[in-house]
Amino acid sequence: MTSKYETVIGLEIHAQLSTESKMFCSCSTKFGAEPNTNICEVCTGQPGALPKTNKKAIELAIKTGLALNCKIEPYSVFARKNYFYPDLPKAYQISQFDLPIITGGYLEIEVEGKKKKIKLTRIHLEEDAGKLVHKGAERIMGSEESLVDYNRGGTPLMEIVTEPDIRSPLEAKIFMEDLAHLLQYLGVCDAKMEQGSLRCDANISIRPVGQKELGTRSELKNMNSFRFVQMGLTAEVARHTELKESGEKIIQETRYFDTKTHETKSMRSKEEAHDYRYFPEPDLITVEPDKEWIEEIKTTITELPEKKKERYTKEYGLSDQAAETLISTKELSDYFESCLKIEKKPKEITNWILGDITAYLKAKNLNIKDINLPPGEVIELIKLIEKGTISGKIAKEVIVKTLNTGKTIKDIVSESGSTQISNEDELQKIVEEAIKNSPKQVEQYKSGKKAIIGYLVGQVMKASKGRANPGLANKLLKQQLD
Amino acid sequence: MNKKTAHELKTLLNKKEISATEIVKSVYDQIEKYEDAVSAYVTLTKKHALAQAKEVDEGKRTGPLAGIPIAIKDNMCTKGTLTTCSSKILNNYIPPYNATIIDKLDQAGAIMIGKTNLDEFAMGSSTENSGIKTTRNPWNLDCVPGGSSGGSAAAVAADETILAVGSDTGGSIRQPASFCGIVGMKPTYGRISRYGLVAFASSLDQIGPMTKDVRDCALLLNIIAGYEEKDSTSAKIEVPDYTKSLVADDIKGITIGVIAELMGKGVDKLTKEATEKAIKLLESKGAKIKKVSLPHLKYSVATYYLIAPAEASSNLGRYDGVKYGLRSKETKDLITMYKNTRAEGFGPEVKRRILLGTYALSAGYYDAYYLKALKVRTLIKQDFEKAFGECEVLLSPTCPSPAFRVGEKANDPLSMYLSDISTIPVNLAGLPAISVPCEIIHNLPIGLQIIGKAFDEETILKVAFTYEQNTGWHKEKPKIL
Repeated sequence: MTSKYETVIGLEIHAQLSTESKMFCSCSTKFGAEPNTNICEVCTGQPGALPKTNKKAIELAIKTGLALNCKIEPYSVFARKNYFYPDLPKAYQISQFDLPIITGGYLEIEVEGKKKKIKLTRIHLEEDAGKLVHKGAERIMGSEESLVDYNRGGTPLMEIVTEPDIRSPLEAKIFMEDLAHLLQYLGVCDAKMEQGSLRCDANISIRPVGQKELGTRSELKNMNSFRFVQMGLTAEVARHTELKESGEKIIQETRYFDTKTHETKSMRSKEEAHDYRYFPEPDLITVEPDKEWIEEIKTTITELPEKKKERYTKEYGLSDQAAETLISTKELSDYFESCLKIEKKPKEITNWILGDITAYLKAKNLNIKDINLPPGEVIELIKLIEKGTISGKIAKEVIVKTLNTGKTIKDIVSESGSTQISNEDELQKIVEEAIKNSPKQVEQYKSGKKAIIGYLVGQVMKASKGRANPGLANKLLKQQLD
Repeated sequence: MNKKTAHELKTLLNKKEISATEIVKSVYDQIEKYEDAVSAYVTLTKKHALAQAKEVDEGKRTGPLAGIPIAIKDNMCTKGTLTTCSSKILNNYIPPYNATIIDKLDQAGAIMIGKTNLDEFAMGSSTENSGIKTTRNPWNLDCVPGGSSGGSAAAVAADETILAVGSDTGGSIRQPASFCGIVGMKPTYGRISRYGLVAFASSLDQIGPMTKDVRDCALLLNIIAGYEEKDSTSAKIEVPDYTKSLVADDIKGITIGVIAELMGKGVDKLTKEATEKAIKLLESKGAKIKKVSLPHLKYSVATYYLIAPAEASSNLGRYDGVKYGLRSKETKDLITMYKNTRAEGFGPEVKRRILLGTYALSAGYYDAYYLKALKVRTLIKQDFEKAFGECEVLLSPTCPSPAFRVGEKANDPLSMYLSDISTIPVNLAGLPAISVPCEIIHNLPIGLQIIGKAFDEETILKVAFTYEQNTGWHKEKPKIL
């Protein structure tokens, strides 16, 4: 869309932190438990109960801040955001307001080959609300009855707010993907948009190219996948453009993306916006992380994706594409690196991981972390090929059998008798047979068409059901024919 | 037996001259006799108390307060026992957990007699704001016992318990202690865990002892003071043995500051004279008396009535009919459930304060009201710091006058608010203070307030003990008994 309008987008992202316990009590954050079982007096808002800050959540926020080049504030304050809703048991959410734990920073993304820094405004900590289930309607208004599950209530959330630096729905999508990736690498959030552990709201407006002041914005919610981020924002850009073109007024409002119709729909206007009556949470003390602790947290940051990719190409000589694929998830690069730790054969390992193992995972719709193939097994396979115990072709079958059965590579190889035939006497018989069965090709060879030997090796492989050592077969064939 | 103090009963129990069962029975006998007139309790836990007393007598329940009856203000959560905050909105609320103080008292072997009446959610100075009943002052049944811990104070004064605990947000322990002629202490903010104390104004609330004499106050403070992880605002400061401060006349050389602003206009003539007499007595025991001025105290009531309602408006949001307590029968949808539940459940004073607080925190008003109040609070704190630069304790009447009559101020909230002028600044500054009985005027007791430095409850106790031992006002009993 090379239109006369420029799109301006800022994102507000909620990331569920990977802590064992909730933000302000010791209840488990485990997903999928029976409703209202991971609850206590604190996270159900019983009278008199008091919050207690989860230190791990602070640590993870600081870790994120460090990885995103932010300032870790020496003094920050929790605040109460007051509003009534049945999923909010205290009628206020403990969040942060004017003094967040983290400010500034940026994430560099690459859009159509060009690098671009998206600046961050702030990152703050807060608690999640519970979950409502309605009967007879989609929302609480009009439902026959509504039930609330407080299991999720009090789960730690990190809100990341960007500056209005994003200029297209595609940029927004890339930003979200890269951010998710980074959060996974840091181990602070599993960042699954579809499951809601990473959520994204967008403030979006358009303005004539060259104009400085921002246009009237709308806030867009309910984009629960990377694809929907782009689709939703694209739909909203189109809506804004159409309104502007037809001379109609854009009103400031909150809208949601209807994932069925792919349209955006109005939720509430600015006039209906809440006054949250923020004030400092008197039940909690200020957060003042000392320098030593921050330094300690710094040491827990492992290599981030971009650095990793660079190392894979430079140090291991992997192709850009292979490196990119390996770092695409933390699980995959972790797996790669555990193999590497056992035996430094980056190229062979990469070939197996990105080739047969990935193909298997895809076919079975599995994740690398779900497979029963310890990294040592990959190395075992590579070694067996190198030693000539099995051929590369057999290896491909062995790995599938191993993945299917969960047995070891060694067991599969010895069970199926699929070790390579490297014994000259044994192979000699097969070679002779092949020569006998291919008089035409033998003649061609003898008349100088040496390349035909490939066909003969193939015959030997076929007759040996792939077990023949191809190098040795070649050698024996030549001995016989020359 | 129920007329005795905890330390006296402890001695008798140790000597096996009496049994815990006898003590508990005598307390319930007294309740039987006087409760109709006094109305101190919201809930009695007799069966449980007698069972615990039996355990004490069988040696199964031990601890420094084993067998000693205690009354609990009904805004502290008691697992399995109704905790109403004297509000209709919580009239069926049985907490699933114990407040920390309840666990501590339990471990010390104390026996809970029942839960005492208060102004709804501790908002008030007379118990007239209770959504359940109005407690009467045992010294004069036509008078209020003070509030909000009026039930606890009246129970102690009427010997319907031996010990009691209250909570103090702007004077709610000290003022009723003063009105009922007992000892009441608000310790330093952070000295006692607030976990399980139903919040009114979180930055001001503090639990404290209400007792028949200073020794019992120290004894009880020993049990309930101390840091607790579950309350982030509780202080990691070691707790001394407070009974060691109970040395009479050990105040030579101590500088006592008399707060000029609390001895002037608005203080009842006889109250002022009694306070001056107390000052003379302490001076005669070797204390140095100094007149001090805290110029910002005149803003305390205004400051308090912004900060406390602001916090309360947020703290009381949870009473919405969703999870526990009252849900209006007139519920058609979410909004009517909220509106009708809160309209039916809260009394007028609570509503007034929620409105005040909501307004003070609203967009566009926050800076002018709440933020400004926080700044004045700092100035008040600094006034105290300055005064404590030259004094060990500060002194004033606990209240400008003795107990007023039931109904006298009920329709004049502002005059009711102003009667807390001496106690409120102490909460704003987070300091410890005690009220000890000081004179009886027209058959109504009044109290002497002794304010200390943060976490220096010891000096307060020392001065209070000296005063008490040299006067004996604590031994006076209401005529009806």
